Amino acid sequence: MTGLVLLALFGGIALAAPLIADRSELLVEAGRYNANLARPSLKFLLGTDEVGRSVLAQLVWGARVSLFIGLFATCVAIVIGSTIGLASGYMKGRIGTLLLAIDDFFLVIPFLPLAIVLAVLLGRSPLIMAFVIGLTSWAGVARLVRAQVLSLSERGYVDRARSLGASRRYIMVHHILPGTMPIIIANATLVVPIAILTESTLSFLGFGDRLSPSWGRLLEGAQSSGSITLNAWWYYLPPGLCIIGVVMAFTLFGRALERVFDPRLAGR
Amino acid sequence: MSIAFVLKKLLTAVQTLFAVVVFNFFLFRIVDRDPLAKYKGRTKLSPAQRDVMIERMGLNGSKVEQFVAYVKSVVQLDLGRSFDSTRPVVREITDRLPATLLLVGTSTLLTVVIGVAIGARAGWKRGGRFDKVSTASTMVLYSTPEFFFGMLLLAFLAGKTGWFPTGGLHEIGGSDGFFGSVLDTSRHLFLPVITLTLGYLGSYVLIMRTSMLETLSEDYLTTARAKGLRDRDVMRRHAMPNALLPSVSAIAIGFGFVVGGAITTETVFSYPGLGLATSNAISNTDLPMLQALFLFSSASVILFNLAADLLTAVIDPRIRRAR
Repeated sequence: MTGLVLLALFGGIALAAPLIADRSELLVEAGRYNANLARPSLKFLLGTDEVGRSVLAQLVWGARVSLFIGLFATCVAIVIGSTIGLASGYMKGRIGTLLLAIDDFFLVIPFLPLAIVLAVLLGRSPLIMAFVIGLTSWAGVARLVRAQVLSLSERGYVDRARSLGASRRYIMVHHILPGTMPIIIANATLVVPIAILTESTLSFLGFGDRLSPSWGRLLEGAQSSGSITLNAWWYYLPPGLCIIGVVMAFTLFGRALERVFDPRLAGR
Repeated sequence: MSIAFVLKKLLTAVQTLFAVVVFNFFLFRIVDRDPLAKYKGRTKLSPAQRDVMIERMGLNGSKVEQFVAYVKSVVQLDLGRSFDSTRPVVREITDRLPATLLLVGTSTLLTVVIGVAIGARAGWKRGGRFDKVSTASTMVLYSTPEFFFGMLLLAFLAGKTGWFPTGGLHEIGGSDGFFGSVLDTSRHLFLPVITLTLGYLGSYVLIMRTSMLETLSEDYLTTARAKGLRDRDVMRRHAMPNALLPSVSAIAIGFGFVVGGAITTETVFSYPGLGLATSNAISNTDLPMLQALFLFSSASVILFNLAADLLTAVIDPRIRRAR
């Protein structure tokens, strides 16, 4: 419940961004006549950054970027992960083994270095970053979906359908796929926070888009402008707390969903 | 432990390593068609120098020839030269490895001791006050990007108060004597170690707690209680050793992962290890360096996975019999 309320709050901020601050406030020129790293005041509720831009404006627009990348990356991860999971559970023989080996490989190689390499090679934009994060976080989804497919294939109702002469394709679409949906949905909710954390890490390392800054990009700006040693807390605290809040919200919500779909987990 | 078991695990590790090498080639030579285009000094190159670079980076010949040459040089541990410093990247990595191992080793030790203690106690008294507090704090730890911990520590313990140095591994100008330099290094190590520990503590607490919960329903605990053992002894002597098993493999795998993954922490504290090297390689688009670092961190994860498999098989006879 807490998770859902927090999610609604952050979602609301992201949607209402244009009402709170004009997009032009993100431009570098916007802060030309303002004091740099100014303390919070009535004009700038969260002070200004190293070139005099409003931190609050960047924060509310950053909600859009962070949430968009998190959600889009999750979509990519879920599509790849559930396709490969379904296929590797469904296809016996060489293709199934190959898909399983690919999944194993992506589970083993460290995802952050891989994401860095992909981001360097493919270029810098929010869309590419979402794609890169999706490409590096589908393996766990595939593993879970595959396990569910294998377990469902042993169930009585699938046996019944099979003995009535249903084709493998029919069983897959009508009996297995619906059975994997709860797992896919609960897992998607748990991939979002990881994607948002990865986005903030990549942005912090300099892959962020300067024209549409995410929260991670703001933290990078706070770090490289020396706001920490200058004690400019209004610059580095808000984006960090927002990341913690939104990641916690998605994790709480995802775990609640998991418990709804799998009551055995309740009480854990 | 049978030789067949060890060989099987070894073979899997070698296969995965080879797959990483192939994948690396795919990324840096096929996804990226012209690696030299990202070399910042390329405009100043004379045609002759350009040929030298192409030769040095192994970009001549067909893709198949390039691949064979690439595999050969990887086996010989020749991974090319850094765009930035023009030194061999292998040298760059071995130079920085000790600093990273010191950081990651210390923090892994701390994380394991604290994480196991908290997780075990929380799981043992499930639903109690300790469990509730630790689960809630774990949640916060887990949701925080580790570099944000670093920034907070830097702000409150180094910047404002000046208690700790803001970066590096040694004081510029050096310090006196053996004890002086040990003290100096520890002061520099303190904040990065705490940052990494906080960053990874959550997952260890969770793993230990879950495996403690699974142990709770085992018959041998009922037996131990029936014998009249005190609650504390049942936990320490009977529950802990079994509950530790999943943690052992998690620790080994985690260590292999962090060796290449302390990137943001080292960046925040300008700690002169592999993580900072990665971060610099990103800002300089130093492809040979990135390629080598990716290869290195993958290899370290694979090796520690292998170590984890063998270690758990040594500790737990059920595993080697099952396979």
